Amino acid sequence: MVRIQDLPRKNFLMPGNAACPGCPETMGLRYVGMALGENAVLVIPASCSSVIQGIYPRSGIGMPILNIVFAAAAAAASGLKAALEIRGLKDAQVVAWAGDGGTGDIGFQALSGAAERNEDIIYICVDNEAYMNTGIQRSSLTPYGAWTTTTWTGKKEHKKDVPLTLIAHRVPYVATASVGFPTDFIDKLRKASKIRGFKYIHLHAPCPVGWRFDPAKTAEVAKLAVQTGLWILYEYENGKFRISPLSRPYRDKSKRKPLVEYIRLQGRFRHLKKSDIAVLEKYVDEMWEFYTKLEEIYK
Amino acid sequence: MEEDHLVLPLSRPAPGAMGKTGTWRNYKPVIDQGKCIKCLLCWLYCPEATIIRHEDNSVSVDYEYCKGCGICANECPVKAIEMVPEVQGGA
Amino acid sequence: MPRKILTGNHTVAEAVKLARVQVIAAYPITPQTTIVEKLAEMVEHGEIEAKMIRVESEHSALAAVYGAAAGGARAFTATSSHGLLYMHEVVWWAAASRLPLVMAVVTRAIGPPWNIHVSHEDIMDQRDTGWIISMAEDNQEVLDLVLQAFRISEDERVYLPAMVGLDGFLLSHTAMPVDVPEQEVVDSWLPPRLPRPYVIEPGSGVIMGNIPPDEAFYRMRHSMQRAMYNAKRVIEEVDEEYYKMTGRRYGGLVEFYRCDDAKYVVVLMGTWAGNAKEAADRLRERGIPVGVARIRYVRPFPRERLREKLLGMKGVMVFDRSVSMGRGGPLHAEVVEALEAKPSIMGVVAGVGGVDVGVRDFEKLVEDFVKKVEEEGRVYVNDYWYGV
Repeated sequence: MVRIQDLPRKNFLMPGNAACPGCPETMGLRYVGMALGENAVLVIPASCSSVIQGIYPRSGIGMPILNIVFAAAAAAASGLKAALEIRGLKDAQVVAWAGDGGTGDIGFQALSGAAERNEDIIYICVDNEAYMNTGIQRSSLTPYGAWTTTTWTGKKEHKKDVPLTLIAHRVPYVATASVGFPTDFIDKLRKASKIRGFKYIHLHAPCPVGWRFDPAKTAEVAKLAVQTGLWILYEYENGKFRISPLSRPYRDKSKRKPLVEYIRLQGRFRHLKKSDIAVLEKYVDEMWEFYTKLEEIYK
Repeated sequence: MEEDHLVLPLSRPAPGAMGKTGTWRNYKPVIDQGKCIKCLLCWLYCPEATIIRHEDNSVSVDYEYCKGCGICANECPVKAIEMVPEVQGGA
Repeated sequence: MPRKILTGNHTVAEAVKLARVQVIAAYPITPQTTIVEKLAEMVEHGEIEAKMIRVESEHSALAAVYGAAAGGARAFTATSSHGLLYMHEVVWWAAASRLPLVMAVVTRAIGPPWNIHVSHEDIMDQRDTGWIISMAEDNQEVLDLVLQAFRISEDERVYLPAMVGLDGFLLSHTAMPVDVPEQEVVDSWLPPRLPRPYVIEPGSGVIMGNIPPDEAFYRMRHSMQRAMYNAKRVIEEVDEEYYKMTGRRYGGLVEFYRCDDAKYVVVLMGTWAGNAKEAADRLRERGIPVGVARIRYVRPFPRERLREKLLGMKGVMVFDRSVSMGRGGPLHAEVVEALEAKPSIMGVVAGVGGVDVGVRDFEKLVEDFVKKVEEEGRVYVNDYWYGV
C-alpha cells in the first residue's frame, strides 16, 4: 500500500468549494486526483458533486469535468473516451463519478451497457446511501432500517449489491473501497488505471448530513463500517476475487467490532429496535458467508 | 453578428467557487506544532484541501477556506489538533 | 459524380461516411434501423474509420455521441419517434453545451397505439431545444443536408447541434437515384473538425456545466438564440458553397416553388411537398396561380424569408403532418405569426400517422380554398382536419 508521505502534494480539489463540512465526496475526489493526477477527466451526472463544484465561472474541483444528465454518466464517458482515444490521447483516464442513485437506480441501464461493452473507463460510485443532493431520499442502496425523507419509519428493504452486479458483467476489474481507507482506494485506482476495459470501484462514503452524525466523524464512521464487517473491501480482477487485506481479519466474526458501534453514531438509525439490529447483523453474516464462498469460487 | 460573443457554460478551477468558506466555521482547528508527529493523517483526511502540507511534512490550516468540520482533530492520533470555538461562549 | 440508387437511410450512411465521422452511437428503432445496420457494416468492413458504440438505449446513444463531441470528435447518431423522445433531455443538454453534433431523425408517429409510419410529431417536438432542424424532400437532399449539417453545426458563428429529418418509409425505405460526391471533393469542403469551441481533455482545465448565477444562465440562452439567428445566414452561405461544389442548391432555409407569380401558396415540409408541387402544376394548367413554400429548416425558422415572399399573397395554406393538441398545426401557428395573419390563411392537419395525402388531395383542398377566398374575400381557418 502506498505510504501517505509518498502521495503527491498537488491538490485537485479547490478550497472554498460548495461541499458541506465533513463531506466524503470531496475526500474521494482528492484521492482520485492523488491517484490519477493530470490524466483524469471526470464525467459527473446529477449528484452532490454537481453542486460541490460551486458557482460558474469557477470550479471547486480541479480536474476537467463534463457534467451530464442524471441517467447518462456511463454513456457520456464511453463517448468521451472514444473521442480522446481517436485523437491520440491514450493516457487520458475517463472517470465517471456518480452517486448511488446515478449508479444503481436511474443510471443503472447506462452503467450496465457500458460495462457489457467493456468500455475503457473507470466508473466510481460514490455511495452515500441515499439521494442526498435532493435532501436525503431513499435509494436502492440505502441500507435496511435507515431513516430517509421517503422512509420515515426506516427502509424495509436491504441495500442493493451493485458491485456484485458488475462482477456478473464479467468486467476486468471491480473493487470496493472506503473514504475511511484512502490509501487502499488510491492503490485500487492506480491499479484500475493500468487495466484496459471497464473498471468499477464502489466507494463507501458516509454522509454526515444524511446519516445524521457529527461531521468530524466521516472517516471514523467509514472505518467502522469496515471494522464491523458491514462494508467489505475486495477486488475482483480478471476472474479472481480477493477480499482486501484491510477486511480480511473480519472473515472471523469474533474480530469484527459490534455493529451497534457503527449504528449508534448515526441519527438515521436512532429509531432501530433490537429486532431491526438483528436483521442488519444477520445481513452482515450472510454477506460474509457469500463473499467467502465467492472467494473460493473465483480463486 | 460582429457584436456577438459566444457565452459558453464553462468554468475554470479556482479557490473560492463558493466564496470564503472559512466564514462557515463554528469551531477552528488549532494545531499544537509541539505535539505534531507529521504523520499527515489530517492532511489526508481533510475534505477541503485546507490542511496545508509543507515541504517538511509539517502542517498548517488554511483558515480562509477551512469549514471547521473537525475531521483533522478527530483523526489526529496524538491529539495535536484542538477545535476551538470561533466566538467565545458561542457556536 | 457517381450516381447510386439508395434508400434514404443508406443515403444517410453514405453522407456520414463522406463526412469522415469519428464516433457513431445509435440504437435501432423502426424506421431508422437500417441506418445503424449500414453504419455498423461500414465500420466493420473498414469503410469508415470510426468507433461505433453499440449502446443499450437512445438516451445513451445521444449521451455517447455528445461525450464524443465534448472530446473533440466529429460524432453522429440517428433515431426516430419514441427513441427521440427517450433522448429528449440529452437533446436539450447537447444544444446548451454548444457542441457540434449531427443527428438524423427518421420521422415517425408516436404511440399509442403503435404506429411506425410517417408523422412529424417527433421532430416538431424538438423545436424549442436549440438544435438546427432541417427536413428533406428526397434522398438527394438527405445526403446534401447531412453533409451541410456538419458544416453548419461546426461553424464558429453557430456551434449548435443539427438534426436532419427524413420521412419514415417514404424516404427511409424508398430507393432513389442519388448523386454522391467524390470523397476528395467533400474533404476539401469539410475539413476535419477542429477542437472547438472547447474540449474536455486532460490539461484543458475546462469544466462544462456547473451552476451559474441565474443572470449568467440567461446570457447563455441569449447567446444560443443569437447563434440561431446567425445560423440563418450560415445556412444560406453553405447552400451557395455547396452549389459551387455540386451544382445543387435549394434556396437555403426555404424552397420557393413557382411562388414568384403565385397568388396562393402552400406551406409545408418533408416528402409530401413533391405531391403539393405536382398539384400546383396541375392547378396552374387550369389557370390557378399556386406556388409551394417548402420549409427546409424549422429551426431557425425562416420568418423573414416567408414574409418577403408571402405577405402579399391572397391566400396561404399551411399543411401540418403533426398537431399541437388543443391548438392546431404547429407549423401553421408559426406561419400565421410570421405573416401577421395578413393573407387569408388556412391551417390543415393531414397525413398524421402515415395517412396518405396524394396529389389529388392537395389539388382539391387548394382549389376549394381558392374558391372560398375568391367568394368570401377573406378566409381564416385555424385547425381543419382533412379526411376525418
